[in-house]
Amino acid sequence: MRETISFVVNGEHYSKNIDVRLSLLELLREEGLTSVKHGCGVGECGACTVLIDNTPIDSCMYLAVWVDGKTIRTVEGEIKDGKISQVQQSYIDAGAVQCGYCTPGFIMTSTAFVEKHKGQNVDRDEIRKEHAGNLCRCTGYETIICAVESCLKD
Amino acid sequence: MSVGIAVERKDALAKVSGRAKFTEDFSVKGLKHAVYVRSTIAHGRVIKIDTQKAREIEGVRAIFTYEDVPKNLFATAGHPYAIDRAAADVADRLMLTQDIRLEGDEIAIVVADTELIAHRAAAQVEVEYEPYAALVTPEAILAPDARKIHPGGNVVGAHSYEVGGEIKTAEKEAEIVLEGEYSTAMVQHCHLENHIAYAYMEDGDNIIIVSSTQIPHISRRIVSEAINFPLGNIKVVKPFIGGGFGAKQDVIIEPIVAFLTMKMNGTPVQLNLSREETIATTRTRHPFYGKAKGGMTREGELKFLDLDVVSVTGAYASHGHSIAIAGGSKTCTMYPRAVIRYNAKTIYANMPCAGAMRAYGTPQVVFITECLMEDMARKAGIDPLDFRIKNVGLPGDTNPYNKQKILTHGLQECLIKGRELFDWDGKKAAYVDKKTGVIRSGIGVACFSYASGTYPGNVEIASCRLILNPDGSVHVHVGATEIGQGSDTAFAQMAAETTGINYADVKVISTQDTDYTPFDTGAYASRQTYVNGQAVYKAAVELREKILSYAEKVTGQAKEALTIAGDRVVYHAQPETMLITLRDLATDSYYHKNRGGQITSEVSFKTQTNAPSFGCTFVAVDVDIELCKVTIKQIINVHDSGKIINPMTAKGQVHGGMFMSIGAALFEELLVDETSGRIYNNNLLDYKFPTITDMPDLDCAFVETDEPTSSYGVKSLGEPPTISPAPAIRNAILDATGVAPDRLPMSPKNLFEQFKQAGLI
Ligand code: FES
Ligand code: FES
Repeated sequence: MRETISFVVNGEHYSKNIDVRLSLLELLREEGLTSVKHGCGVGECGACTVLIDNTPIDSCMYLAVWVDGKTIRTVEGEIKDGKISQVQQSYIDAGAVQCGYCTPGFIMTSTAFVEKHKGQNVDRDEIRKEHAGNLCRCTGYETIICAVESCLKD
Repeated sequence: MSVGIAVERKDALAKVSGRAKFTEDFSVKGLKHAVYVRSTIAHGRVIKIDTQKAREIEGVRAIFTYEDVPKNLFATAGHPYAIDRAAADVADRLMLTQDIRLEGDEIAIVVADTELIAHRAAAQVEVEYEPYAALVTPEAILAPDARKIHPGGNVVGAHSYEVGGEIKTAEKEAEIVLEGEYSTAMVQHCHLENHIAYAYMEDGDNIIIVSSTQIPHISRRIVSEAINFPLGNIKVVKPFIGGGFGAKQDVIIEPIVAFLTMKMNGTPVQLNLSREETIATTRTRHPFYGKAKGGMTREGELKFLDLDVVSVTGAYASHGHSIAIAGGSKTCTMYPRAVIRYNAKTIYANMPCAGAMRAYGTPQVVFITECLMEDMARKAGIDPLDFRIKNVGLPGDTNPYNKQKILTHGLQECLIKGRELFDWDGKKAAYVDKKTGVIRSGIGVACFSYASGTYPGNVEIASCRLILNPDGSVHVHVGATEIGQGSDTAFAQMAAETTGINYADVKVISTQDTDYTPFDTGAYASRQTYVNGQAVYKAAVELREKILSYAEKVTGQAKEALTIAGDRVVYHAQPETMLITLRDLATDSYYHKNRGGQITSEVSFKTQTNAPSFGCTFVAVDVDIELCKVTIKQIINVHDSGKIINPMTAKGQVHGGMFMSIGAALFEELLVDETSGRIYNNNLLDYKFPTITDMPDLDCAFVETDEPTSSYGVKSLGEPPTISPAPAIRNAILDATGVAPDRLPMSPKNLFEQFKQAGLI
């Protein structure tokens, strides 16, 4: 079965006739947004995290048809006028990037977190709690927390 | 100056922007998808297989079974070829098998237009088995009447040695002797990118394999052996890779994708393992069962260590007994003045296949050793930190195992530095009255030694090619493989340091291609900065010399008076006076009609040294007796990895290693049913590697010795951080509770049994 849906990805409008069985992960990757990574396909790892209407979602468990009328953000779209976002820069500066496979998903979770808590006094436990859906096997998370902290500060 | 500075990673921007292309990110026209038909039992033999129904499904392009693959057994371990064939890895694999040795063994493979169709078809393949009893526990496997899992029997390898004197004599001198039994669990790498590879053919008779591998060149050789195809006609491409930790130091799926494309007239075929397949059917860490005995004087002088270990390699040998050999040998420099006896055996089992995993057997051997050391110190009433400080090796000590003098040995310094940073003595005093009640507090320490490569066990070869581009920038081709650890960045820093060229103008070609990437054996044994660093150094010296010689030719100034400063050639004596920019010099070298040529340098180098590296962990824990739950209050690793090339990436390696060891200490265990061989938790929900909420803050420090055998004073760093946290945590739990955990993980389930036995609950 197929259905036609309209949605916005990184500011671009799309109208697509898609197989209703498609996951959002598959749809985005087919459109060339390969920052959206596949680590488990069942909502365990968060490598496929994107923002749907600014909320971090595991795109592997989200049917593509559900994004009809919604707005999606991925790391590709966080670069504005050739400049990477504050969160992307903070991941680089803090040394929070190793193999990079979890990175796009983590950055999107952090992006939503930072936008929500900007200027607030947030402790490390709060940062941890709201990043608990993203797994990283390389960094031990320490530098990721540092990256988020630095974004909240300035 | 580029070395020793926290410069930005070369690949950081690509990774935060989503531009970094991993194996799954390339679009290949007409790509077909392969899915294995896997055994549903752990031990047995296929007596009938029927693929008819599966073949009838629309979109299925081919099905191959164990009957269709070459019958030459091959070894998968990512080791260099052993010219001495007696030292070759155990060849015990076929690409598809009729004999079943673990749940999920590969019987057949379906190729279809989509992964979904391939999965559906694979489920339709009908298989009948003759089942055998699964052999999982060492007792069952080693029982005299146990069925042979492989024709050669159930023991993959065994060896023993006694170094630094005789145990018999040392035992007599020892006033306090203690014995213990300790074991470690099977854990899995869980690199976030699963195993994935695809292959296709081009140019007549060439197979191209794109793979998430740590070892492109070795992979090419093993594929050639497995499918009987000329090595020179195979090329392996390694794009960005999403972690490996040793699981991709094994040639697991490359042979079958190469075989499939070969059989299907060059059609591109991809195999993208699921998370469940990656955990259960690729590689794991060998569980070790250790019996340990140690002796010391009353004053705390360690006299001997006597270890007897059984390592379980699971269904196939993979790295086999090498793990137990390396685990033992690498720990000999920790307490080099004691007599050390090591007796090890590696056995098969009907469970997931173990292979290389970060620190290669050493976390297991060190866990056993550091538990015993702790128990001895406590028995003698000596502070466990003082006991270690007294007995660890010192610069100038001789490694009893290989009789080599240890040139730099910073372990004692690490312990002393950690004592201060952690405030060991203050905490010890403060925790005295926190040993009762529901929440009890304790501190623990453990140390380790490691190596900076595999020499003399294996050849240590590395290569580097440097090219001066027409714009004055430099390209670096290295065989050493970037897998997330930051090696490309380290090599760029080294090349910049030695040539004098700006770090920003040095680019390491990260995507490797065995057709042009110079030979190196790849990312393992924390060898790359130590071994490949020497090749980079030599190539950089040569390039610098060539650039200055050419500058002499172009400017007429004696090259002895010249040097390179960033993007230009200047006078030594007047660095502010520019003679010629590298861009102009390079352009001249390429395009001048009557002189010059492309300026390059290329070095292939074998090292015949192997520097030991060291470090330790200090940890403070709270133990909730009722919940059997351990909370880490503070943890710090202190390392002697020689000179640090990049403090930021070095810190990252330490954090990541600590995290893995904390996981192994408290949470992680791949569970296999002892009767059926069934694998219980091969997914990221049930296999509990720590999430961000399970992790404490991580801290680390370095003692920077200057290792004379390496080009930049470096020693290994990638794997070492994952060795000592687990035993340190164990020792802290003992300090807090008086109960000495004897096996990993120290999860509530396992601690409950021990606390109950001790009468705490
Ligand atoms: S791929 Fe979506 S959560 Fe793992
Ligand atoms: S950086 Fe490798 S998984 Fe996070």
